[in-house]
Amino acid sequence: MKLDSMYQEVILDHYKHPHGRGLREGDAEVHHVNPTCGDEITLRVKYDGSRIEDVSYEGQGCSISQASASVLNDLLVGKDLAEARRIQEVFLELMQSKGKLEPDDAMEEVLEDAVAFAGVSKYPARVKCALLSWMAWKDATAQALGEDRESAVRKSA
Amino acid sequence: MTQLPGLLDTEAIRKDFPILDRVLHDGKKLVYLDNAATSQTPRQVLDVITEYYEQHNANVHRGVHVLAEEATELYEGARDKVAEFINAPSRDEVIFTKNASESLNLVANMLGWADEPYRVDHETEIVITEMEHHSNIVPWQLLSQRTGAKLKWFGLTDDGRLDLSNINEVITEKTKIVSFVLVSNILGTLNPVEAIVRRAQEVGALVLIDASQAAPHMPLDVQALQADFVAFTGHKMCGPTGIGVLWGRQELLEDLPPFLGGGEMIETVSMNSSTYAPAPHKFEAGTPPVSQAIALGAAVDYLTAIGMDKIAQHEHAITEYAVKRLREVPDLRIIGPVTAEDRGAAISFVLGDIHPHDVGQVLDEQGIAVRVGHHCARPVCLRYGIPATTRASFYLYSTPAEVDALVDGLEHVRNFFG
Repeated sequence: MKLDSMYQEVILDHYKHPHGRGLREGDAEVHHVNPTCGDEITLRVKYDGSRIEDVSYEGQGCSISQASASVLNDLLVGKDLAEARRIQEVFLELMQSKGKLEPDDAMEEVLEDAVAFAGVSKYPARVKCALLSWMAWKDATAQALGEDRESAVRKSA
Repeated sequence: MTQLPGLLDTEAIRKDFPILDRVLHDGKKLVYLDNAATSQTPRQVLDVITEYYEQHNANVHRGVHVLAEEATELYEGARDKVAEFINAPSRDEVIFTKNASESLNLVANMLGWADEPYRVDHETEIVITEMEHHSNIVPWQLLSQRTGAKLKWFGLTDDGRLDLSNINEVITEKTKIVSFVLVSNILGTLNPVEAIVRRAQEVGALVLIDASQAAPHMPLDVQALQADFVAFTGHKMCGPTGIGVLWGRQELLEDLPPFLGGGEMIETVSMNSSTYAPAPHKFEAGTPPVSQAIALGAAVDYLTAIGMDKIAQHEHAITEYAVKRLREVPDLRIIGPVTAEDRGAAISFVLGDIHPHDVGQVLDEQGIAVRVGHHCARPVCLRYGIPATTRASFYLYSTPAEVDALVDGLEHVRNFFG
């Protein structure tokens, strides 16, 4: 059944048992919404130099958006910013592939559980759901580290 | 098969809509329950569009050649049809726009630029309701921000009705315009026009009714409504996209200023100033949506031939059945009136804690098209403390079997995420 390619067991697991959920202390907080469906996320990042000490979040939304936030927490916490950015870019590439990209071993090594979202990329209406927390993280990071601070503030307003 | 009193002969009607024969996802028959977003188009309307482009296409109101005259006659003929459909006292009160949003924005802008006694300014108030579509909220927020007028609104009761208990405080001597939806696109509620219009008239406020979810589904009589303006759109009533209607009382259309300027809406133009054509042309700058208007005329013919009374009766029967069946689904909560009384055929609900986006996706896999999200009425979701809803909405071709398919589909959704 085609649906199973979207709702992989891994995704449903993260949805039912999210990792790192809840808001904890952070250096910056952003609130992002997906206006087409009402998914929302509030996300905080905490940095120790260039190391991601924590990504905490609270939100409401569909299984895809919530599972994606959980996977993000798994993947990025503890990583150095440069590596986290690389992971984010690879995930973005996968989500923008319109289902045409078959994750190889190298990609699977970078994305771990997040490769389960490959099937979601076939559904244009759902790609935004999967990317919501990742865009929020990118934005919060820009704010926390003071890069392009003004534009980050504008986007999260 | 379930038989309900008052149903139309859907077997015959469905033959007019080629799209309803579509088969999706490896053999699932399309169950189209997203009619509040847009309705499907019957062959009779499609044929008119084709014939127009094959035989009569020309710009209207200019040129003396045969095609220009035919196109103009067809376009103005569509205006006659729409005027009759809504029982307008005069055909000149029917303005073609591109959609209901444009119609609503047009009124907001007429009032923003008007002279006394219509002028909306910082000493006046605008009244809407909490169940409006964003298209009947944002234009008034814009007008309020630009003029300093105060924006007020009626709240909602827990069962999805307008709370009019404070009507005399909401609509006051300062109120210039009351704009509200006749049938809510998210709750399905049919609002009590008379009480609101009576109070508005008492204080001399104008009344604008958004009839987007009413015009396709029930007889619409602008004289009986006693409003000053009525807005609706073509694509929800078997017509094409790109065509909307604003009906307005003639003396208002004469007094109020134009909004968009351009060709068509003028009488004479010099480099210093211009004078304007009489309504409705005063409000139709530029080449209008000609084929779309003509096709809307064909849609009106189609609906009228079936009979708006009969369509309303059919939808009432379907809605009653749908409400009953949906209430049997465990963990399902209807957002809006939980009976078929004073409501339209759009039913919003939430299913346990399964997000509507997920509900819609699993239903789609079974060929069932519903709408999920906040339906451009986010304040309603905030009011009821929900992020979004799933909405099933019915029309003249909807059948009890499609209601059954929805209920079975929801059972499948529950199992999938259970």
